[in-house]
Amino acid sequence: MIVARSRVVRFSKQALNYALLVVLAFIVLFPILWLVSSAFKTPVQQYEWPPRFLPSPIYLGNFASLFKVMPMPVYLTNTLVIAVFSVIGMCISSSLAAFAIARMNFRGRNVLFAMLMMTLMIPYAITMIPSFFIFTKLKWIDTFLPLIVPNFFGGAFMIFLLRQAYRSIPQDMMDAAQLDGASYFKIYWLIFIPLTIPIMVTVALLTFLWSWNDLLGPLIYLNDPQLYTVQRGLSQLTGRSGTGIDRRGIIMAGSLLGMLPMLVIYLFGQRYFIQGLTRSGSKG
Amino acid sequence: MLKRLTLPGGMRIREEFNAWLFVLPTALGLLIFQLFPVLFSLYVSFTNWNLITSPKWLGFQNYRDLFTIDPFFVSTLRNTVLYAVGTVSFGLFFAMLVALLLNQQLKGKEFFRAVFFLPVILPTASAALAWTWMYDANAGIINSFLKLLGLAPIPWLVNTNYALWALIIEAIWASLGFNTVIFLAGLQNISKDYYEAASIDGANAWQKFVNITLPLLSPTTFFVLVTSIINAVQIFDLPFIMTGGGPANATQTIVMYIYSNAFRLQRMGLASAVGYMVFIIILGLTYLNFKFEKKWVFYEEAV
Repeated sequence: MIVARSRVVRFSKQALNYALLVVLAFIVLFPILWLVSSAFKTPVQQYEWPPRFLPSPIYLGNFASLFKVMPMPVYLTNTLVIAVFSVIGMCISSSLAAFAIARMNFRGRNVLFAMLMMTLMIPYAITMIPSFFIFTKLKWIDTFLPLIVPNFFGGAFMIFLLRQAYRSIPQDMMDAAQLDGASYFKIYWLIFIPLTIPIMVTVALLTFLWSWNDLLGPLIYLNDPQLYTVQRGLSQLTGRSGTGIDRRGIIMAGSLLGMLPMLVIYLFGQRYFIQGLTRSGSKG
Repeated sequence: MLKRLTLPGGMRIREEFNAWLFVLPTALGLLIFQLFPVLFSLYVSFTNWNLITSPKWLGFQNYRDLFTIDPFFVSTLRNTVLYAVGTVSFGLFFAMLVALLLNQQLKGKEFFRAVFFLPVILPTASAALAWTWMYDANAGIINSFLKLLGLAPIPWLVNTNYALWALIIEAIWASLGFNTVIFLAGLQNISKDYYEAASIDGANAWQKFVNITLPLLSPTTFFVLVTSIINAVQIFDLPFIMTGGGPANATQTIVMYIYSNAFRLQRMGLASAVGYMVFIIILGLTYLNFKFEKKWVFYEEAV
């Protein structure tokens, strides 16, 4: 009797748990579902009462109108160029530094690492003016360089992630390679990099994410509309600026295109995003 | 440390030289993009500088002006603090709730986790555009829903009383997954033994939560608290897209204030002074929390 009752209690508790989770998950997903739905609605359907969830017919006019308002293909290309070069720079520099910090002895190693970790507390609010000053002096305003080049100087968080992975590789492997006369670069390139591909993928995806999602950087450094990134371009679309009946649809189409690459990458690589972004937390 | 082969002197020098080649870009980056800016903006914050003519020394005048002459700074500071308090308190509550719901043996746990985390990776600018339409006072879906429930529509983004709350709700949505996953990791670190022992003693679920989960989760809570506050204080994209700081400056935040002073009005000195205050706030919060941590954070190892 008692066993049976506790099973019923456990079952109803589980059901309640599920019900709550489903409701919360729906609330979290709703803005994205609503956005997708709105992007394919005709201007009239946007304001319909009661609101409809599934647009019919699927209306593509919003995208056509958006492309007339702003050169999205240009923005997409610009953003892709910036993001891809940022990823390349970040992966190379951060992994080199992380390898040395994790597995080589040199004077200043601990100081360097401690300082890198401390830079994680420095807000962009105080580095942006001096950085702007440097890039102005270099005449790099209205080029992609201020958004790309800093990545070639490594990133503290990425070094932190990679260092953790590099520390877990057995010393025996390194010793054996050294006895065979392998250089440090060879050890890094032929042993450490191939053995830690997942963490490198994480670094690449996170760099891509931050580069793609960045708004403040492009706002500061890109004034020429032909150089705008997607997010910078979309910031021109705010509710205050546009007019006309098809404005809502245009904004929703832009919003969808702005997040589409992240949605697609997340579909396949969500494990990397979740683990990478929360790595610092689980270490306590 | 791991056991190492003893290397002869020449090899040690080679190792040292190689290591510095490896870290050279990072070390240079640290100097150019972190150390120099920290010092340089401290200097700039004591000057009047438009980036073109040479800086003029003012002493503490920028800092004084912010609190005395400037008509917007104090309200900007207040908005940012309110935003941070709202986002962090409610954000932590909901994240802990979702983490507790997920920390069970359930089918589809991975799926739920992925759903809750999704907003974290979306570009704030794009997501903010979608939310702007949902918040629309006349035809937005949120007000439509309120009407359906027989409630009065809320002028979300156009009323000074609601605009900041509209941002807070969006921000909680955007950060929920991140905090949830960290709470979940913290919950999974708590040994099942405690709960079993408590069950034998006849403790109910609430007693277990208050006496086991909360104290043992506190290091995680502490981490989430600090990172959430640090992120909230630096909010920019969200108000920039959704309200532009309005209505009537009700959603003007510190970093927006820095941005417009520096890059629209060329007041680099004033902007740097505000930037330094953000830096000091962040350092202060981190320090306070670390001190506070000793009092209420309960580490399992200390038992």
